[in-house]
Amino acid sequence: MRERLEQWSAGIPFKVKLGMVWVVIALIVVFLFSLADFDVDWMLDHLWFITQGLPWTIIICGLAIILAVTLALFGALGRLSNSAVAQGITGFYTSFFRGTPLIVQMFLIFLALPQLAPPNLPGLRDSLTLTALQAGVIALGLNYGAYMTEIFRAGIQSVGHGQVEAAEALGMTYRQRMRRIVLPQAIRVIIPPTGNEFIAMLKDSALISLLGSVIAQMEIFRRAQLVGRADFRPLEAFVVAAALYWLLTTIFQVFQMRLERRLSTGYVRTLRVTTQPGVELVESEPA
Amino acid sequence: MTEPVVRVSQLRKSFGDHEVLKGIDLDVTRGEVVVIFGRSGSGKSTLLRCINFLEEPTSGTIEVGGVRLEPGPRTHRQREAIRSVRIKAGMVFQDFNLFPHLTVLENLIEAPVTVKGQDRDHAVEVAVELLAQVGLADKRDEHPIRLSGGQKQRVAIARALAMEPEVMMFDEPTSALDPELISEVLSVMKSLATETQMTMMVVTHEMGFAREVATTMAFVHEGNIVEQGPPTSVIADPQHAQTKRFLEAVL
Repeated sequence: MRERLEQWSAGIPFKVKLGMVWVVIALIVVFLFSLADFDVDWMLDHLWFITQGLPWTIIICGLAIILAVTLALFGALGRLSNSAVAQGITGFYTSFFRGTPLIVQMFLIFLALPQLAPPNLPGLRDSLTLTALQAGVIALGLNYGAYMTEIFRAGIQSVGHGQVEAAEALGMTYRQRMRRIVLPQAIRVIIPPTGNEFIAMLKDSALISLLGSVIAQMEIFRRAQLVGRADFRPLEAFVVAAALYWLLTTIFQVFQMRLERRLSTGYVRTLRVTTQPGVELVESEPA
Repeated sequence: MTEPVVRVSQLRKSFGDHEVLKGIDLDVTRGEVVVIFGRSGSGKSTLLRCINFLEEPTSGTIEVGGVRLEPGPRTHRQREAIRSVRIKAGMVFQDFNLFPHLTVLENLIEAPVTVKGQDRDHAVEVAVELLAQVGLADKRDEHPIRLSGGQKQRVAIARALAMEPEVMMFDEPTSALDPELISEVLSVMKSLATETQMTMMVVTHEMGFAREVATTMAFVHEGNIVEQGPPTSVIADPQHAQTKRFLEAVL
């Protein structure tokens, strides 16, 4: 019996077997849900409401990653600079935002920031009062920027010292060196982990739901909580939310993989077909 | 007597407690080819790297094309002075240091355009001529990774020449090359010296090249230039015991 099973199994391609395992897991989950009090109709009724949070999740993360990349770039340049001021500021920034919980940072920016304004300056107090969305974007950006500072620093340092010296020897200023020589080379080291950070951020953006937000700007998880709790249908609501995040991260992971593959070409010496007349195949020479 | 293109006076350089250069004096006049040689660790590379301040000297003065440099804090004025010396002194490195994200042509026009603010078309024109001069006109659109070591070094020479320097400094330009690729680089350097009368400072162990091309040879030993003169006398009749010993080992 065991022998026959193993014989049968050996005849099936690995990928097919892998797919079968996934199908079995899915069936078990569906079965468990069917035993439980899982209201499919309720879920379908509220699917659209929760899904409307998707663009907000993407907008939040899109804005936050722009902020994070900007901060990480200057953070990394600061950490690598010889200036005590630049090193001090960036060191303080990364230490604080990596050393405290993201959720605490969100509440600091959302609820505690307005309190910093002196009582006799109500105007300042108003401008420091942010919406949940604004506070969430800023907190995510600051927090991820602090982590990504290390990614950018490593990327910049991955460009060999010889490159810097060659640029210096040609009379380039620091700014010219960075913009024209170092950063264009660092970028291919920086992009893949930055993609990972973005995917992680998609998930962490759910924390913004805890700040509360106006109906029009609610992201996925806030919407799921709202309807799930009101109707005592948390299972259905959070399954939808989880599925939406999962879908989102899976899509970006595919993008990420393609991007990484594209970035690796050009630096790897490969057999290349050229369209130059008279040259059919160019095989590169070893360096 | 013409003014020297490069004047090094009382140049000292220490790394921590270790003094690598112990008061070097060296003048290089226009059209001169100075070959600097010596044991590894004698300080000959450090000498070149101090001239364009890739290494900050501990003390002494450097003068290149009339610009005088002394070690000191990197204020704006100091940085600009260093940059103008670097523009006047082209440098070729042992391991080429071409910019891998740029094509050969882009490697050549990068500094003329960004540093000197040259018109791009003009820079391309000059670059194409220089590539022909080093025998690589057909490689202009290749990336450095697709070139052999010898080709890379010839591109690196052209890249430095594109800045129209007053002196070219070569830091062991053939040491990282496979033996069969050395001659193509040396012949480019030779024609640079003989045909365009480029002022050159060359740190190398290639004594054949030195004998043929050098106008002056300087033997560096333990941070000092202990012997200096035309190759005919330095190679044929070395005066200093250390020079003698070194030449016996390499010839």
